[in-house]
Amino acid sequence: MSERSGTSPLLKTMLVLGFVFLYAPILSLIVYSFNESKLVTVWAGFSLKWYGELFRDEGIMKAAWVSIRIAFFTATASVVLATIASMVMTRMRSFRGKTLFGGLITAPLVMPEVITGLSILLLFVSIGMDRGMTTIWIAHVTFCMAFVTVVVSSRLSELDKSIEEAAMDLGANRVKVFFLITLPIIMPALVSGWLLAFTLSIDDLVVASFVSGPSSTTLPMKVFSSVRLGLSPKINALATLMILAVSIAGLVAWWLMAREEKRRQLDMQMALQQG
Amino acid sequence: MSKLLRRWMPGPRWLVIAPPYLWMLLFFAIPFAIALKISFSHSLIAMPPYSDLVGWTGKDLTVTLNISNYLFLLTDSLYYSAYLSSLKIAVISTFLCLLIGYPMAYAIARMPVSTRNVALMLVILPSWTSFLIRIYAWVGILKNNGLLNNFLMWLGVIDQPLQILHTNVAVYIGIVYAYLPFMVLPLYTNLVKLDGRLLEAAYDLGARPWKVFLKITLPLSRSGIIAGSMLVMIPVVGEFVIPALLGGPDTLMIGKVLWDEFFNNRDWPVASAVATVMLILLLAPIMIFHHYESKELESKLT
Repeated sequence: MSERSGTSPLLKTMLVLGFVFLYAPILSLIVYSFNESKLVTVWAGFSLKWYGELFRDEGIMKAAWVSIRIAFFTATASVVLATIASMVMTRMRSFRGKTLFGGLITAPLVMPEVITGLSILLLFVSIGMDRGMTTIWIAHVTFCMAFVTVVVSSRLSELDKSIEEAAMDLGANRVKVFFLITLPIIMPALVSGWLLAFTLSIDDLVVASFVSGPSSTTLPMKVFSSVRLGLSPKINALATLMILAVSIAGLVAWWLMAREEKRRQLDMQMALQQG
Repeated sequence: MSKLLRRWMPGPRWLVIAPPYLWMLLFFAIPFAIALKISFSHSLIAMPPYSDLVGWTGKDLTVTLNISNYLFLLTDSLYYSAYLSSLKIAVISTFLCLLIGYPMAYAIARMPVSTRNVALMLVILPSWTSFLIRIYAWVGILKNNGLLNNFLMWLGVIDQPLQILHTNVAVYIGIVYAYLPFMVLPLYTNLVKLDGRLLEAAYDLGARPWKVFLKITLPLSRSGIIAGSMLVMIPVVGEFVIPALLGGPDTLMIGKVLWDEFFNNRDWPVASAVATVMLILLLAPIMIFHHYESKELESKLT
């Protein structure tokens, strides 16, 4: 690559400023979670007391447990459905209704949450389904599946089809090829898709507010109602813990992808040397 | 006979297609039809709080379509101005995201491969942490005795705190902050594929950097710009959390109007009508987005 196509100082400055803009608010949340004072923006010395208060808050703890369970089952179901949907999108010849299928898969990516939330609630009400954790789970799977499908199908479309074809030529049937060849190769994409669906689900306020029942208050609903009343250092402590968890998950996902990339490059070198 | 049967019976591949297809039909497509239906009903104080469209009196089957909800949306200027102001806020913040996101995406795409992935990760990582909590962080920064005002007063730029929180300025900051990664990612995917040789050729022929950008880079990144803009603009039109936490009494956004209509006024038919009209307004942008998404996927497949 020539010198001119590199990054100019102006571009670099803009990139750094962009990162400052993205990370400054998060840093401020973390710093003030260790603040002694109840006034969130006045520094009065280091303290861990808000973490103690957070863990003693039964309402928040209960809501967190509800959210974690929903997110776990949402992520799992979304990955299964999204993998099937991605295979359909990338591997199958056209079938009647494929256009509609494609539309149904991409529309939730951009659909405003208030519309999704309201309409799926109206479905539950008209079929007389009681609102609770199950209805939140169904609603979450519906929009998370779309995001996971993007991740998985972009991996599937990059995948070298000749490996699958070779296995089929050697007599393996489609199901066997999928489980023995395709699935292991796209595994890193499934892991990052699972993590993505988990974070989307655990983060959702709007859709969950529409379809939740009296005993299924989720963590974002709890946070939203307390944030509406004003700033609270307890929420900062909660935010810090969530950021920590997400950073770890993000690092794991990144490490998996980097390892996969390295292995792919090694394989390519080997193939070149042998060929 | 068996040939005929095979043609009409769903084949084994429908066993594969059916689970995700039926799920999306049942929980994504049909709910819109139900919302459309309920937008034509009367509001009732009952559970469910709306009337039935289809009546059966023993011998008469009646279908009543009540368009008063839509007439209400037309006559009450609140809705009309909320739609307009949501669209305005969405368009302006999409443009701001593009203005900030394009240089970022370009800079990342021109980086060496090793640092590129780290930079990309740094763009994505914030959007993995709670959206709600990131918006909440801005409350602490923007309020009257918040970090930004304290910092500016310490610098001596201002001697009275600026009222930023609970204004539209705060809403714009929040939206650009929350949606910036959705702009950077599609732009990056597009710009990273840009053939460097085209730029080199232009430079070798003596073009100025700005001219190269306007004549080559910008036109070639059109599909990335459209995908990113749609990914930001469409959800922002219906945004609720940001106007609810950062906006003030002057902030009028249709997502918040729908929320209040549903949760505070408990008028489900009017809320459904608001949603239906919003969906109709967004139909064209959603179709453009779908078109570019599927083109993107096809270009990868071929």
